[in-house]
Amino acid sequence: MAKTIELKLPSRIESVDDSAVFAEKVARDWGYSDDILSAIDLAVRESVANAVKHGNKFDEQKQVEVAFTDLADGLELSVRDFGTGFDIAEIPDPTNPENLLKVNGRGILFMRTFMDEVEWEKADGGGMIVKMLKKR
Amino acid sequence: MADINISERQAGDITVLDLDGKVTIGEGSVALRTAIRRLLGEGKNKLLLNLGGVGYIDSSGIGELVSSFTAVNKEGGTLKLLNLTQKIQDLLAITKLLTVFDVYENEAEALASYN
Repeated sequence: MAKTIELKLPSRIESVDDSAVFAEKVARDWGYSDDILSAIDLAVRESVANAVKHGNKFDEQKQVEVAFTDLADGLELSVRDFGTGFDIAEIPDPTNPENLLKVNGRGILFMRTFMDEVEWEKADGGGMIVKMLKKR
Repeated sequence: MADINISERQAGDITVLDLDGKVTIGEGSVALRTAIRRLLGEGKNKLLLNLGGVGYIDSSGIGELVSSFTAVNKEGGTLKLLNLTQKIQDLLAITKLLTVFDVYENEAEALASYN
């Protein structure tokens, strides 16, 4: 049976580091390689940072919910915020020439690059969930 | 411990910033922004960022490099990068920012390029 470990974090910058430290411990305990750990580290940092900044907008009344699941084909990471949601199709491509000098907008590109599967869905009760899979 | 240490040295009219630590969301990015804005305020606008000691950078840190580049350009100056780790080089390639930044592996060559 798949194992799942959940973590609830306040909407502040420190939660980014906290989630990464927790992710490393979980992935190491489950026997994932250093390469996979490195991808998970980056994905959890970027997704929790997005949830804190853009989803919950630093509102400490709102939590960020992170779940790690050890599946047969790899490690699934899910991050939920309680913001107003967004349409992933409307997020500009940061590699388009007109966007190259924008300060923000590269986190999703990193998540898509380093994880094998990434998808967003609107959560029941509000907010967004991003689910990512890193294969073994 | 601070996320990042930034030390400053002068090579002629070029200011070299040696970064050691993490350039990530929060303290690391803010420290870089503060250092760049202070140097621009002092009229120093030929800047070389030595990233050899940067063990980790995230999208926020990459954004801060872009913001620094734009701020320096706006003041008529030049910001170049030195000693990228493989990880940072990969992230700049993915984001196509290697086409934006002037990047060097050798400090003497980097310094000579400002002339």
